[in-house]
Amino acid sequence: MLKRLGPSVVTAGEATSTALFESKLEFNPPAHGVWNIVHVGMLVPESHQIYVCAVNCMRGVVLTAAEMGMADRFSCVILKEADIVRGTVEQVTLEGILDVLRKLELRESLPPCVIVFPVCTHHFLGVSMKRVYRELRRAYPQVDFVEAFMDPIMKRRLSPDVRLRKAMYDPFEPQPADEKLVASLGSDFSLDVDCELRTVLTSGGYRLEDVQGCADYGAFKHLGAASTFICTYPNAVYGVQKAAKRLGRRFLYLPSSFSYVEVAEQHATLREVLRLAPFDEEAEVLRCKAALEDALAEIGDTPIAIDASAHPRPLGLARLLLEHGFRVTEVYLDGVTDEEASALAWLRNNAPGVEISSIVLPELRVASRERTEEVLAIGQKAAWFCGTNRFVNIVEGAGLWGYAGIRTMAHLMREAWSTPKDTRDLIPRKGLGCASCF
Amino acid sequence: MNRSQRILPVYTGDVSGACSALFELGGMVVIHDPSGCNSTYNTHDETRWYDHDSLIFISALMERDAILGNDEKLVNDVVDAALELRPKFIALCNSPIPFITGTDFRALCKIVERRTGIPCFYVRTNGMHDYTVGAGGALAAIALRFVREKPHRKATLNILGVTPLDFSEDDAPETLRAFAEDAGFEVTSCWAIGSALEEMTAASEAAVNLVVSSTGIPAARILHERFGTPYVVGRPHGAFSASLADALRAAADSGACAWPCRDLRVSVASGTRCVVGEPVDAGSFAAACELEGEPGVRVVCATESTYDLLSRQDVHAEGEEDVEAALAHAELVYADALYAPVLPDGAHLVVRPHLAFSGRMAKPIVS
Repeated sequence: MLKRLGPSVVTAGEATSTALFESKLEFNPPAHGVWNIVHVGMLVPESHQIYVCAVNCMRGVVLTAAEMGMADRFSCVILKEADIVRGTVEQVTLEGILDVLRKLELRESLPPCVIVFPVCTHHFLGVSMKRVYRELRRAYPQVDFVEAFMDPIMKRRLSPDVRLRKAMYDPFEPQPADEKLVASLGSDFSLDVDCELRTVLTSGGYRLEDVQGCADYGAFKHLGAASTFICTYPNAVYGVQKAAKRLGRRFLYLPSSFSYVEVAEQHATLREVLRLAPFDEEAEVLRCKAALEDALAEIGDTPIAIDASAHPRPLGLARLLLEHGFRVTEVYLDGVTDEEASALAWLRNNAPGVEISSIVLPELRVASRERTEEVLAIGQKAAWFCGTNRFVNIVEGAGLWGYAGIRTMAHLMREAWSTPKDTRDLIPRKGLGCASCF
Repeated sequence: MNRSQRILPVYTGDVSGACSALFELGGMVVIHDPSGCNSTYNTHDETRWYDHDSLIFISALMERDAILGNDEKLVNDVVDAALELRPKFIALCNSPIPFITGTDFRALCKIVERRTGIPCFYVRTNGMHDYTVGAGGALAAIALRFVREKPHRKATLNILGVTPLDFSEDDAPETLRAFAEDAGFEVTSCWAIGSALEEMTAASEAAVNLVVSSTGIPAARILHERFGTPYVVGRPHGAFSASLADALRAAADSGACAWPCRDLRVSVASGTRCVVGEPVDAGSFAAACELEGEPGVRVVCATESTYDLLSRQDVHAEGEEDVEAALAHAELVYADALYAPVLPDGAHLVVRPHLAFSGRMAKPIVS
């Protein structure tokens, strides 16, 4: 159990609102598997990213690309103090991007798509990015310029990650809809190969395609022909929905869930909208329960810690596991989403002793990472906080979905419990699942 | 245009440099920044982050507070954390947006210090300079604020300018100490790996300061000004080590400062052989090459703080285009592996990993 640490830990019983922690100083645990905007942008095949910012801000993104072995798809324009003092940020931004494009054209080849990332400084100095993009498109009409941002200070607006997941689909052009094509958009991971969504769509005569399967930029843009856009990842709802509306496509938000009821509702929606044949859901639920029972037989009453970087539904997962007899003791998160409010209410009433801890508040930097019992962690940050080498090494939901997703989670938990991992080696690696030099 | 970089990364930023320099000293560093600075630093530039619980935080600055000048939130959050965690000092670092809005950090430091009773100082950063500026400023603040006057002791020295950014080898601090001891000196303190703040407060005892990177120069100058301690600039490398040891002994006797990493290089460096990097390291390496009989090696200083470290033959390259121009006639280049794409055709690269350039890729294990 965690040592009581002021306002950085509450019990589920005390969690009377979804705003659990105050905004304070923050630190960053040494677990870096979650993707950043560079990783996400690289999903657009053949795209080239250009960041325009000061060196300290540039360092993290440029080395992300380098660690991915994709430095050739990344360029930067450095903003200096003199630009701010002289008011030349807009000019440097435009000229710098044009300069990069000239060099690419001269020495390599012009990319079909350029994702541009201005930063907080551009907002604060009133830089007209509209003008910048107008000039860029005039100079290079053959290039699709994607208007992204790296502006974490704008906390009242959409996050850079959410905006990127909108901007990256802006190049989709109006085109005739392919009724039998369904696009899974917005997630960093392809849906799990065992996911029943694949089988039900295939049996209904549909083809399911995603960004990860696109070999080139043309194939990526052709995803826009899909008649139905499915989104399973919360941070992408805004962007995928916008793209669907703009192109006149069906939009289905089917988030990865650990609730049998919610999964059944999602299947019902799919059947209704895409006219799919019913399948034996009771059997699916029984298979899930059997998988969880098998996992419980191995894991027993081992304390389990879950963190929000592993899956967007940490509280929903906690509920599922508690309902199946597991001993969930700690959940690490910094905010409770609307989607998780009901799971929090359930925990408050049924498991009030579960401790919910911040991930970033300062006290956690020096909190003990030793536990009296060995902990099974789900997520890299939970593994670090609990000092365990038995952990499920996934981020952002890992493409788990539906009943198969629940079974895969049970399998991953068994595997994590039976086979310790080298936490020190694994969790500092950036962008789990991405190309990496490590 | 020297602002655009088609393929080269940038050096570690000033904020990360400050954090790196102060990491082991038991203080609390707060970067007034919305996000990213801490993650960038501890992912790519801080090899100690996983294993050591240093108190380095961001303020999670928000648009509204920046625009409305709500510095009270920063002050309250710093005070709350400091009273809970009881650091030996508090250092505040600036970043681009508070720089634009003109936040008065010196005033904020006074308020924080008054409320906590803990020494609080500002490290002048804004995210727009490289690590040599930030780390240099941080070590200078220690020299100015914490070092107490003590009588000099013969045959003692401080080593100034040691951070993993320039010394990523795990045994680097021990190697430097061994060099100093072999040269006949007892090490009073090493700034700032392996020495506690308390040891650094006694730095005025030393007979001489050995400056092993440009990040140590501002502190060396302050210690020279405050206590008259001479400094010698150079990093032990091959045959240059003996010359550096001689220079240290001479400075300790005479009280005069010396720059052997610059002054011992006398051969003509035509630019066919170049070493790219931080000037003390590159200059010392070039001097070692020369002493070992190699034709003159030109120093291409790619970091920001040059001080008086460059000779007339050296080049200060600010950005990718400058580096490409400086290496245009190179046949042999000593540099970090990430410089490979800008070498001229046919040039041979001898890799010298530099953590401040390629980050943790310069280390064999993930940090």
